[in-house]
Amino acid sequence: MASPYSNRASDGIPDLSYKPGLARNVGSRILTFIAGIFSVVAVLPLILVLGYVIVRGGSNISLVLFTELPPPPGLDGGGIANAIVGTLVVTVVAALIAIPVGVGGGIFLAEYSRNGWFAQFIRFGTNVLSGVPSIIAGVFIYGTIVTSRVLFGNAYSALAGGMALSILMLPTVIKTTDEGLKLVSNDLRRGALGVGASRFVTIVRITLPTAFTPIATGVVLAIARAAGETAPLIFTALFSPFWSDLLSTDGILAPIASLSVLIYNFAIMPYEFHNELAWSASFVLVVMILGLNLLSRWLARFAAK
Amino acid sequence: MSNEKDNQYLLRNRPPSERLVDVGFKNLAVILASMVAVVLFLILIIVFRGSLESMGRYGWQFLITSDWNPVDDEYGAGAAIYGTLVTSMLSLLIAVPLGVGTAIFITENIIPRQIRVLIGVMVELLAAIPSVVLGLWAIFVLEPIIRPGLELLYELFNWIPFFSTPPMGPGTIPAVLILVVMILPIITAISRDSLNQVPQKLRQAAYGIGTTRWGAIMNVMLPAAVSGIVGGVMLALGRAMGETMAVTMIIGNSNNFSISLLAPGNTIAAMLANQFGEADGSQVSSLMYAAFILIIMTLTVNILAQWLVKRLSLKY
Repeated sequence: MASPYSNRASDGIPDLSYKPGLARNVGSRILTFIAGIFSVVAVLPLILVLGYVIVRGGSNISLVLFTELPPPPGLDGGGIANAIVGTLVVTVVAALIAIPVGVGGGIFLAEYSRNGWFAQFIRFGTNVLSGVPSIIAGVFIYGTIVTSRVLFGNAYSALAGGMALSILMLPTVIKTTDEGLKLVSNDLRRGALGVGASRFVTIVRITLPTAFTPIATGVVLAIARAAGETAPLIFTALFSPFWSDLLSTDGILAPIASLSVLIYNFAIMPYEFHNELAWSASFVLVVMILGLNLLSRWLARFAAK
Repeated sequence: MSNEKDNQYLLRNRPPSERLVDVGFKNLAVILASMVAVVLFLILIIVFRGSLESMGRYGWQFLITSDWNPVDDEYGAGAAIYGTLVTSMLSLLIAVPLGVGTAIFITENIIPRQIRVLIGVMVELLAAIPSVVLGLWAIFVLEPIIRPGLELLYELFNWIPFFSTPPMGPGTIPAVLILVVMILPIITAISRDSLNQVPQKLRQAAYGIGTTRWGAIMNVMLPAAVSGIVGGVMLALGRAMGETMAVTMIIGNSNNFSISLLAPGNTIAAMLANQFGEADGSQVSSLMYAAFILIIMTLTVNILAQWLVKRLSLKY
């Protein structure tokens, strides 16, 4: 009975039960506790920010807010109607530029040149462009469009603001289109090509519709991000205390109000009423953006089914 | 999909009109894709050209002097560059432990799955809140709340240069805190994704040889996920350097250089947001120069991030 186990048998099988008092188990529990605290701290800002926006901004919501112009500095009474319209206009302009360009670029990356050097270069460029600070997009449009007055002699305009925002949307749209199309099974493409469809028809009728939900999810997220951006707008779209004349082209060629710039301008004013308007505008903006985010989540879940 | 053979079969025996559409569509896609490169190069060229005048006049001195005097036409971005570096580094110092800790907490099975998912969603929603709203919150909520703490800091530690001026409201510390709020979601989300991608086998093997939960996290999970986490941290650093609105609203926008973190400061992005609209003449050129420096800083960080992710990726 000289087996190596004989010794252990006489001592009994080693005790494998959990010993809470061991230094390493105590240390493990302490670290778990710290990680839990960190998670609470990480979630706290969202609750605090949302809480204040809902309480201070939501309490002033009234019909006047959505129908009237903001008051001149120092006066009370009025709303943020023109800024709501302006945010919609600028965001739509940005989407109209960024979606065709981004989806087209994504199609090239995923369908025509998956691993070519040019596609890799464009992917790298997309990553770099998504890291460019938003204020730089504003500086760029200011330097090209605003100072040169190429838009029919107009300097600051809603169109220029939309262009600045489209630069920020572009990388997201390209990336999601690229990723979405890559998920489409190659069998579908072969099938389409096999029955005689041209490449153009394959992409437009088969792969793009198949990848619709992931692309739409990304586009909605990009729109949500653009709607909340301020930095690219402050010296491209500027601000306007008036209604924009949207029935003629003058509307998008003139400076335009937007919720985000309104919040910035009114937050640093020394007038109580304007500060309150900034909170109300925050509420409207946050509801819009979180709504778009939930929409994109719903789209993603829809796709998962 | 794109090899030569495919094209050969694809384009054979088609009517010219269809072939025209096909080729036209491909060329259109190429042109649209190259818009990314065009925009990127144009941004660099426009900002560089705009800054030439100021570069010629001040040269490297611009980086270390901190006069900013539109009346005498004397410009230097020293204070703003210092502010950009200090705010982004300090915010990283706070946000990295918080973000990685949160990511660990929601990838381990410490608490029920539903709560973990909820924490993840909440942190992601935090990323969706516009920075101008965070700036508004910082002015009216955060800064008044932390003011007593900052005053205490000044009274106790005013012999340390970093706390040598009395807090006056806006300042570098509130700006750092709001930056933490802004970059926390990036670090958390990317760290969580990289931890989730580590094969479960590794964790199980670690438990199998008798380690504790944190033994496995520290020695197995984190090293395996390090490439993604470092990439996320670098992205967050780039974001923190370029973040504009929230910082502009709370940092105080003072061009006087002060080592104290309690004093108002400035960052390049905040300076651009504040002054670009009203600037003319050589001030525009100096702002363009500052913008060019900011671009170079963020580009360096972003390219480094992409390189590091490739370099550090572990192969399983």
